[in-house]
Amino acid sequence: MSRRRIGRLSLPLLVAALGLHMTAIQAAAQEESAGAGAHVVEIDYWPLLFVFVLASFIGLGVIRRVSRLLHTPLMSITNAISAIAVVGSIIVTGSDYPTEIRLIGAVALFASMTNIVSGFLITDRMLKMFKTDRGEQK
Amino acid sequence: MIHSLVQFSYLVATGLFVFALHWMNDPKTARRGVLSGVVAMLIAVLATWAQPGIVHHLWIIVAMALGFAVGWPLSRVPITAVPQRTALSHAFGGLAAGLVGTAKFYLWYNDGPANLTTFVMVAIIAEIILGFLTFTGSLMAAGKLQEVKWIPQRPVTYPGQNLMNLALLVVAVVIGAALIVNPTAAWAPALFPVIIGLALLFGVLLIIPIGGADMPTVIAILNAYAGLSAVAMGFVLDNKLLITAGALDGSSGLILAIIMCKAMNRSFANVLFGAFGQVQQSKAGAEGQVYKPETTEGAAQIMEQASLVVIVPGYGMAVAQAQHKVRELYDLLKKRHIDVKFAIHPVAGRMPGHMNVLLAEAEIPYTDLVEMDDINGDMPQCDVALVVGANDVVNPAARYDKSSPIYGMPIIDADKARTVFAIKRSKNPGFAGIDNELYFSDKTWMLFGDAKKVIGDLVKNLSDGSGMH
Repeated sequence: MSRRRIGRLSLPLLVAALGLHMTAIQAAAQEESAGAGAHVVEIDYWPLLFVFVLASFIGLGVIRRVSRLLHTPLMSITNAISAIAVVGSIIVTGSDYPTEIRLIGAVALFASMTNIVSGFLITDRMLKMFKTDRGEQK
Repeated sequence: MIHSLVQFSYLVATGLFVFALHWMNDPKTARRGVLSGVVAMLIAVLATWAQPGIVHHLWIIVAMALGFAVGWPLSRVPITAVPQRTALSHAFGGLAAGLVGTAKFYLWYNDGPANLTTFVMVAIIAEIILGFLTFTGSLMAAGKLQEVKWIPQRPVTYPGQNLMNLALLVVAVVIGAALIVNPTAAWAPALFPVIIGLALLFGVLLIIPIGGADMPTVIAILNAYAGLSAVAMGFVLDNKLLITAGALDGSSGLILAIIMCKAMNRSFANVLFGAFGQVQQSKAGAEGQVYKPETTEGAAQIMEQASLVVIVPGYGMAVAQAQHKVRELYDLLKKRHIDVKFAIHPVAGRMPGHMNVLLAEAEIPYTDLVEMDDINGDMPQCDVALVVGANDVVNPAARYDKSSPIYGMPIIDADKARTVFAIKRSKNPGFAGIDNELYFSDKTWMLFGDAKKVIGDLVKNLSDGSGMH
């Protein structure tokens, strides 16, 4: 059963990987063509939108199959995952930016880190409680 | 080279996040999911930190240490406080996104305005509106769940509320549009905080009219917002890991919100703008119905004779912290070879899956926690339905009474059991403010009192009885 599920999962993953690969090629080609032109780094936003849409579909597919028993832990683990904002916070805090900007970043970093730590720990704590039978302790 | 390495790490982290959620489909593999998520996060943090652009390490270490110091105790809260903690962490998530968006705007405004393209500005505005409204909205939700004194528990409504909220949002969007068109204007830095202020205010106003029974849906929606604000941050920073992880979170919140809405037969718009608390005056005329109280001795005797007992838990069980006493009752009944199941309504409690976690904490095997759709077929064979602090989810009026605010909501068919015992703190109606006609039915007997105490008495009576035999 679980193998079949992974099988079903692999297709969207493959599509996403392919998408990422193609966008990488595209980006590389554009970098070359831009050459030593204007210095402005304009974001090519189409690949980003593609990634967003594909990731949302993967998310919908995976989450739909999450056991209803585990909706509370699901919410706390996605909470920890969305604390990926830590990546942006580290960049803002640690780069060579004006002090005020980095201060704002540090507060954001603190907030994200709080979510990562409490999110993963409490998810694990809750999941430990789900047992099939009293005798089966893990 | 370092760029490719970082991107590769992000790709690995993305895959691990997907697997983290995939493994949540079964309680047996779920803990592997947590491990996968932790590893992914570690990779993401280290890869970001290792970039050559990151030069101020002390600040990062201090901020992280503080995050640890606050996050650790937040993960040790009692299981009954999990809804508040979840709401609070949505607030933190929204705050982080809003702040990073703000920082980036001022950074680029002063140094490199060419970066503020239309696309980036749209993303920044979306990020700060979503981020800051999630921040205050989640704080309000957490306050309501924690029953903080100065936050009203009952829904607060006033005439023109929706119109005012809508107007506020329109103003924010118009100012946002002005900034998107003229990101480098001299007035831009002054107008930016106005949007932040409006978003903060909007978050508060959005949650004020929400009652306790709608909290599961609202928490799920705020979850989606927190995810979407991370996506917007990914657009601003041109970072695909942020986009994928945020999209996973966003779709999770969306699915949970849809499940919650379906379980209440309501639409998103109705939950957010419907002001649940105000509509039930019409039923007040149907007085004259009386509760039939029963003693715990009598209830225990009837339960002893049963072959199938279905326990329907609700928010009242969480409030009374009665789950451990419930387990004692479960044990005693099981010892007498009585089949005991738990009927779990999707919106029972204050967040999705709330009851399951509480009962799992009391070490009740999850195989005995049965979803509403699966248990309803067995209800006619059920000898005793024991309602523990649940109300609207067992109200038969949902089936036929078109004037009832919960009309059309799928319910647990407790009324089809041969005998119903309902534990209730007081004679007041439930959170939705609706009288429950199940309580006035011929086969229903009320056990008034605190759920923990009543079940404790039941347990005492049952164990005394076994001693005398």
